[in-house]
Amino acid sequence: MSNAELPGTSQQSWRSWLMTETPTSRRHAKFAALYQGWLTLKSNKLTMIGLGILLFLILVAIFAPLLAPADPFAQDLGGRLLPLGSEGHLLGTDSLGRDILSRLIYGARITLYIVILVALIAPVAGLFVGTVAGYVGGWTDTVLMRITDIFLAFPRLVLALAFVAALGAGIENAVIAISLTAWPPYARIARAETLTIRSSDYISAVKLQGAGPLRIITKHIWPLCISSLIVRITLDMAGIILAAAGLGFLGLGAQPPSPEWGAMISEGRKFILDHWWVATMPGLAIFVVSLGFNLLGDGLRDVLDPKDSGDE
Amino acid sequence: MLGLLFITFIIGRIMPIDPVIAVLGERASQETYDATYKAMGLDKPIIVQFFYYIWDVLHGDFGMSRLNARPVVDDIIRVFPATLELATIGTIIGVVIGVPLGVVAAVKRGSWIDQTARVVALVGYSMPIFWLGLVGLLVFYGILGWVGGPGRVGIFYVDVVPTVTGLILVDSILDGQWDVFWDAVSHIILPASLLGYYSLAYISRMTRSFMLEQMSAEYITTARVKGMSEWAVVWRHAFGNIKVPLITVIALSYAGLLEGSVLTEIIFAWPGIGSYITTALLSADMNAVLGGTVVVGLVFVCLNIFSDLLYKFFDPRAK
Repeated sequence: MSNAELPGTSQQSWRSWLMTETPTSRRHAKFAALYQGWLTLKSNKLTMIGLGILLFLILVAIFAPLLAPADPFAQDLGGRLLPLGSEGHLLGTDSLGRDILSRLIYGARITLYIVILVALIAPVAGLFVGTVAGYVGGWTDTVLMRITDIFLAFPRLVLALAFVAALGAGIENAVIAISLTAWPPYARIARAETLTIRSSDYISAVKLQGAGPLRIITKHIWPLCISSLIVRITLDMAGIILAAAGLGFLGLGAQPPSPEWGAMISEGRKFILDHWWVATMPGLAIFVVSLGFNLLGDGLRDVLDPKDSGDE
Repeated sequence: MLGLLFITFIIGRIMPIDPVIAVLGERASQETYDATYKAMGLDKPIIVQFFYYIWDVLHGDFGMSRLNARPVVDDIIRVFPATLELATIGTIIGVVIGVPLGVVAAVKRGSWIDQTARVVALVGYSMPIFWLGLVGLLVFYGILGWVGGPGRVGIFYVDVVPTVTGLILVDSILDGQWDVFWDAVSHIILPASLLGYYSLAYISRMTRSFMLEQMSAEYITTARVKGMSEWAVVWRHAFGNIKVPLITVIALSYAGLLEGSVLTEIIFAWPGIGSYITTALLSADMNAVLGGTVVVGLVFVCLNIFSDLLYKFFDPRAK
């Protein structure tokens, strides 16, 4: 990109540079596409709400020590089960006198931790299996896809339960169990994409230039699978959060005294009839966050995957 | 099917608990340990062990439950009908409300009904079911007292009805005990509605997108031009064409409910397969966990095959 094409400093020319129909370089075209996608995304109110919720979650998680009014682990047996709006405890306290609001704020970190780990492990594993199966084909394809089918045939939560049972309870094992049950759909998608890409002309061109299968898969097939995977990840996030919370609720995820939201509901469950807020507040938090992911996922699908947008 | 067993077998093997110690306790002498080790077939190669496992499962033998020393299979037969009952009623609720909702949302696209349906579905996708169950219990049982509490029947009615099918709603009718029947209804209505809500979210979304596809087809315009009533166009023409894919969706969501009821069953102390697996899990009763997992997986696979068959049966094009 030469200097002559650099945009001016005023906002108007930035905009026209981004909205151009005739991009002057590869990077220019990329930015223009991104910006126009962002505009479409921005025009959808629900999507922006979803994005807002998630940004809020991330900020809360980062600044948890600053935001939390109290130590999430500090017990105060004198002030047990205080109702909503008590002095110094906006959302009340739990059965050990711990401030619920602070625990929710710190719980955001655990939720993000689980979601990010699963979102890194599962799609990468799926992408790897799917592209290799699709590109190599034949015997490898059959074996890999059979394995995928087996995992798909299992109900997810039950399989995750069985894995956690075998590995032992704990937050890392919950992440592994959820990832193990989450990768097959990604493998399916990646394989389908690979099959359509594999026979295209530009792959033959790259092959003629002497690229090996490893280079073709990593440099020329993976980048094209990414967008459909991202949509799928965002839509899956809500399910991952619910699964993690479910495992936590069963006592198989994060262990006490960790302020994981599902585990908090499980603690509050014993007092639900007399002290409803203890179990209700973390549930609301889970609901809002997974709603945010669903809203954002819906919007992203409209932008990145125009094929399916007709029915939404 | 083989793969399913393979996975449960592997899970059983990677368990960090030594199965021999689990049986004998930690103070067994070395000779007893070795003898049991041989008797359990653990000295044979893994692949041979795997074939033993398949052989046992094919004969309906999932081993003994370590918790109550009864065959796992008996336990599963005892708890499965409870789950079946719950999931069936849940699916019925989901279909009865979800399908019309989806159809109307598609026909009146963009109307307030469509928006409502969208919100209902989104909330359904995002709500943690165990939490909704707790809140439901709190409101309808704790505060309003409209429905029965946890469990399948009230404490007075436990074991009153002889077991015939294991489905308590059916058994009480067969026995003519209407008070038990109504008590059971009041207990099942809340958990079943919850599950129903989940399948409703899924079914209504799918119905809507199927219907939208059909409504934009040319034969619909033709039918309208011929002067057919809107009712006939929507329900006879368009709906007639989505019946087949819809059956698959419903079968899938039914299978989903059979497994998804794990958390619901725990909240409502429902003695079904979900709470059976979880209880077994918490007491490290691996035979029971794996047996339950295999059964749930089996049902899942069978329902898939069944919906494929229905598909072929109803759709002459799919040969």
